[in-house]
Amino acid sequence: MSLTALIDYESGNLHSAEKAFQKMAADLGEGTVVVTSDADVVARADRVVLPGDGAFPACAAALRGTGGLYEALVEAVEVKGRPFLGICVGMQLMATWGREYSDTPGLDWVGGQVVPIAPSDPKLKVPHMGWNDLVLGAAHPVFDGIASGDHTYFVHSYHFEVADPALRLAHVDYGGDVTAVIGTGTMLGMQFHPEKSQDVGLRMIRNFLTWTP
Amino acid sequence: MLKTRIIPCLDVADGRVVKGVNFVDLVDAGDPVAAAQAYDAAGADELCFLDIHATHENRGTMFDLVRRTAEQCFIPLTVGGGVRSVADVRALLLAGADKVSFNSAAVADPDVLSRAADQFGSQCIVCAIDAKTVSPGKWEIFTHGGRKPTGIDAVEFAHTAATKGAGEILVTSMDRDGTRAGFNLPLTRAISDAVPIPVIASGGVGTLDHLVDGVTEGGASAVLAASIFHFGDFTIAQAKAHMAAAGIPMRLT
Repeated sequence: MSLTALIDYESGNLHSAEKAFQKMAADLGEGTVVVTSDADVVARADRVVLPGDGAFPACAAALRGTGGLYEALVEAVEVKGRPFLGICVGMQLMATWGREYSDTPGLDWVGGQVVPIAPSDPKLKVPHMGWNDLVLGAAHPVFDGIASGDHTYFVHSYHFEVADPALRLAHVDYGGDVTAVIGTGTMLGMQFHPEKSQDVGLRMIRNFLTWTP
Repeated sequence: MLKTRIIPCLDVADGRVVKGVNFVDLVDAGDPVAAAQAYDAAGADELCFLDIHATHENRGTMFDLVRRTAEQCFIPLTVGGGVRSVADVRALLLAGADKVSFNSAAVADPDVLSRAADQFGSQCIVCAIDAKTVSPGKWEIFTHGGRKPTGIDAVEFAHTAATKGAGEILVTSMDRDGTRAGFNLPLTRAISDAVPIPVIASGGVGTLDHLVDGVTEGGASAVLAASIFHFGDFTIAQAKAHMAAAGIPMRLT
């Protein structure tokens, strides 16, 4: 029985993510999904999900400040190579730097920085909020059953500028390219909320739960 | 390209939908969770629950509704009505709301928006503004369900709310609400032009052209409606097809 840990570092609404992952695990008939702030649970999880809403510095501080969670996360993902999914700010924390309010170091799993969205069209509002259509840039098992043109739900004011274009697996257009999915090795990140993106999002969650990199 | 959102709004009192929802297949049209599921399946882009009594006694009922909806619906849910404090926001987010809407409390103390946004992020803080026309091109905020004038200019307040940290503004025209005469377009446009954040138009939708006008003339990023969907005048799919035919980018499912 595989264990998927959703890390609770007191950042945002975990209920929706928990329910979406549990629904997909139930559909697959395999695996347990838990929301946890216990470093020991993260350390023995088979898959790790880092959700998150809010500001980069606050989220980074919360993650680093909570009873060994940060160390357990790094151990599980960097050392043991457990499949990892970051969602929204959880994805942004994979960057080298966050430039929100102040310069904050991230996990540096995917080189790049998180900077304010600056649409070329001044009429476009920020936050980038709502459904946008994905442009897939690379093949990946998480995109099984997903095609360019499928919509996912975004809500964010900062976006991930990826240093190596090969690690940007999908983007959307919002007065310029906005990174939607990043990935390297056993790590994945989604700027949108798969748990709020109806069938398309649930499909990607399901794909993540069956992904064996 | 970002799509314009259609948001059905359910007025809830004591755990039941107040205006009623006429769906063919709905066994219990008064159950907000069943209605939410039907709208989710019909292709709604977001959902909104408005707790219209919002007494202290029925808060538990609302949390339960939000929790049960979040277990079944995988689209964003905004909850408003009676939200006064950062603690209220936290409780609703924990129950499963994705966004929480302030109304009267933000008018009384705009700093509550800052406190909530600092803790949970602007993306989940909506500021609802209920305004009435007081003279041509001037709109005043009314609170407490439209009964209490405040003397506050709606457009100026929208700007303040955005500055304080609201991530979205929900503009309801009290003159138009329930009339089916269409959104108050000058009000919607004035607020949309005044703030850098998305604006949801609300109040007065009677036809599908009204939805189009809210976007093309009002400048709204999203349109909210209740009656035309609840009473089965139009489906979400019809509304989306109509708006798409008018050249508005829509998520067609």
